[in-house]
Amino acid sequence: MEFERREAPYVRPPTSVGGMMREVLFALIPAALAYVWFFGAGFILNLLVAALFCAAGEAFMTHLRGRPPEEALSDFTAMVTAALIAFSMPALCPWWVTATASLFAIVVAKHLYGGMGYNIFNPAMAGYVVALVSFPMYMNFWTAPRIGDIDYHYLDFYETARYTLTGSLPEYLSFDAISRATPLDTVKTGLKSMLTFDEMYSNPLMGDFGGRGWEWIGNFTAIGGAWLLLRKIIRWHIPVAVLAGLLVPSGFMYFLDTGAHASPGFYLFSGGTILCAFFIATDPVTAATSPRGRLVYGFGIGFLIYAIRRWGSYADGVAFAVLLMNMARPAIDYLTRPRIVGHAKNEAR
Amino acid sequence: MRPAPTFDLGKLNGGLRLPGEKANSTAMGIQVVPVPAQLVLPLTQHSGNAAQPVVGIGEKVLKGQLIADADGALSAPVHASSSGKVVAIEQWPVSRRHGDPAPCIIIECDGRDEAIGLAEPVIPYESLPLESLLQKILQGGIVGLGGAVFPTAQKLMQANTLPLESLLLNGVECEPYISCDDMLMREQAADVVKGAQILMYALGIQKCYIAIESDKPEALQKMADALTALNDSRMVVKMVPTIYPSGGEDQLVQLVTNKEVPSGGLPTDVGCLVQNVGTAAAVYRWICEGEPLISRVTTVTGDGIVSPMNVLARLGTPVAEIVAFAGGYTDRAKQLIIGGPMMGKSVTTDRVPLVKATNCILVMSHLAPPLDERPCIRCGECAVVCPVVLQPQELYWFACADDEVKLREHGLIDCIECGCCDLVCPSHIPLMASFRQAKARIRELADEKARAERARLRFEARTLRREIEEQKREDELAQQKRAAITAGPKEIQEMVERARRGKPPLERTEKGPD
Repeated sequence: MEFERREAPYVRPPTSVGGMMREVLFALIPAALAYVWFFGAGFILNLLVAALFCAAGEAFMTHLRGRPPEEALSDFTAMVTAALIAFSMPALCPWWVTATASLFAIVVAKHLYGGMGYNIFNPAMAGYVVALVSFPMYMNFWTAPRIGDIDYHYLDFYETARYTLTGSLPEYLSFDAISRATPLDTVKTGLKSMLTFDEMYSNPLMGDFGGRGWEWIGNFTAIGGAWLLLRKIIRWHIPVAVLAGLLVPSGFMYFLDTGAHASPGFYLFSGGTILCAFFIATDPVTAATSPRGRLVYGFGIGFLIYAIRRWGSYADGVAFAVLLMNMARPAIDYLTRPRIVGHAKNEAR
Repeated sequence: MRPAPTFDLGKLNGGLRLPGEKANSTAMGIQVVPVPAQLVLPLTQHSGNAAQPVVGIGEKVLKGQLIADADGALSAPVHASSSGKVVAIEQWPVSRRHGDPAPCIIIECDGRDEAIGLAEPVIPYESLPLESLLQKILQGGIVGLGGAVFPTAQKLMQANTLPLESLLLNGVECEPYISCDDMLMREQAADVVKGAQILMYALGIQKCYIAIESDKPEALQKMADALTALNDSRMVVKMVPTIYPSGGEDQLVQLVTNKEVPSGGLPTDVGCLVQNVGTAAAVYRWICEGEPLISRVTTVTGDGIVSPMNVLARLGTPVAEIVAFAGGYTDRAKQLIIGGPMMGKSVTTDRVPLVKATNCILVMSHLAPPLDERPCIRCGECAVVCPVVLQPQELYWFACADDEVKLREHGLIDCIECGCCDLVCPSHIPLMASFRQAKARIRELADEKARAERARLRFEARTLRREIEEQKREDELAQQKRAAITAGPKEIQEMVERARRGKPPLERTEKGPD
């Protein structure tokens, strides 16, 4: 009998990129539900817009590069990018802002840098930053989370859809009427104007740690993150290091002067910390790969998040921290190469 | 004596827990395959030079007769596995070359299976001088039966000059499906431990660890029983965890002794010598019973085989006949692999014979891996499972870029080609194949460099030689000139006379007419 010749190993591989990305998307479901609950249906519209433009960008670019678009789309990496962009956007956001972020992410940050596996910068964060610096008014327009506040007008689905499509609010509402500072903003401006933390926390939006709603989104995001860890889609190094990089300096400063610095709990639960630790910083393509490298990379991100939040001019620093550490990634990988078995300790360098 | 508990001193980095798939082939004992009508014995069944045939076509041979002798130090002889007539010495498909042909001796069996009388009676090995014991092991055609088929005698000779602490008997079959060593230890434990005693004697060492995986409780028990029966306190059974590739030579040393074999070195560098359990049994049978290596236990398994089992077959039996003995192929049989599913060789035809290296005949119902390679996403899973702690994701980039310097720097040479990285890669990149290619290229480059270096040395030596000759000639001429200047007419006359006398007679006769 005659047979075909193949290369070893002959065992069927248990995982695929598409499978991994699908699991990442699954893991984002709890966070998405929490997000929709607290900030309304705008998130779903953003997600649809981002998915549409990410898919279109992916298909267009792979076509330009002479590769089968259906293959690129079937691995769901563009969908993960779209989801992360949607999570970064304010729930109320005109479609062109989301579309700009999505197209920049896929076309420039991903494909112009060589496509999947070769991009230096996290596409979602690059796209987000472009939107942030291009449309600061829309990007800083956050509404209040749903906390049963009777004085506040929550937009219904129709009004949300109208804003997303046209960028205009109903006539009887002004931006100022529904715009609310995020907890990070509240603390940043509060510290600048010498308020005490008791004063800042008298704002009902501040919640227990990192702001009403935000805390719960963080918790639900962590559930998804734990799932990814259990399924070994991600390893523990980066999430732990990101959280440590944030908690260690913030804890230290808080310990030095509780009046002048927010508590580590605040930084942990506000903004995109948890999402960053489990879903953004763990993007394999743009992260360091060796265990020690991942610890350094994650710690760097955590530290930069704290530094930007505390001393920078932006309220949240996740995107900038990730992009900065993306740049440091090759050097980190080179300097943290583990010792090869059978080699002397310093020979690997 | 109970098997020693798992007290692993060392730890294997990375590795994979693979589904064993061994139960199917261990349900029944070792079955004996009848002698086939035709035996095909490749001249290269070992690492090193091909053996040189010592029989002619048409010659009658007996079972156990030497038919091809070792060529040089790194080679091993081949014996006839049954009696019959040599009908051809020709090219035949072999598994070593994936089903491409290589020189083989083909014997038509007469069915009588007559054994050759022993050249010398079996004498207790303790009474043999070390040198002749090693020589005898060499003559038995015994090679490492774990798959590397390095001539055992050569390995012992190389190790003999070094300070050794322990012999490691490798009973770890970490690849899925393979169970031939397991069955051998279950059924022939006494042969194995007695063989180990011979090896210890030959090496002059007093410690032997028999390493067996934790998923082989029966083999562990049988080996422990055999040790009890032998009452040899120098040998210890060690249970090692079932992790692929714990059966790799260097990995086993690391597991059992907690010492890392240095890069580019051998286990002997850390005082260990590793031998397969099958090799030990073969040594025993040759030294104490006079039977050279003419048969081996092999596993016939996979979902393409009707009744998976372990068989004892003569070397040279075509794989097709062994498969037929195991019930034949199922209709789903798609891929023939000689060896395990991780490191085995995909073979194009079942006409290839069973050889010393064949520890498994695996027939699978699927073609693997699916060819849907995607770009690397640098997830680092390959680095997590690498038993040598390489960074395959980096190596892959350097291999694509053909960057020899970086490949060396990142330890490509240390890659043991276990295939763990390849298996876990979510992008389905054929890492193992690309590392094999890169290694071959590096070797080629090194060869080329060595060749160029040799050519340079030759050229320089030639130039130097010419210069010296030139110098000599010039010196001689100068000397003669000086002599001529200082000499008077009488001396010149004498010189001419001398020259004339010294000339050969032919020239003198030619000169006659002048």
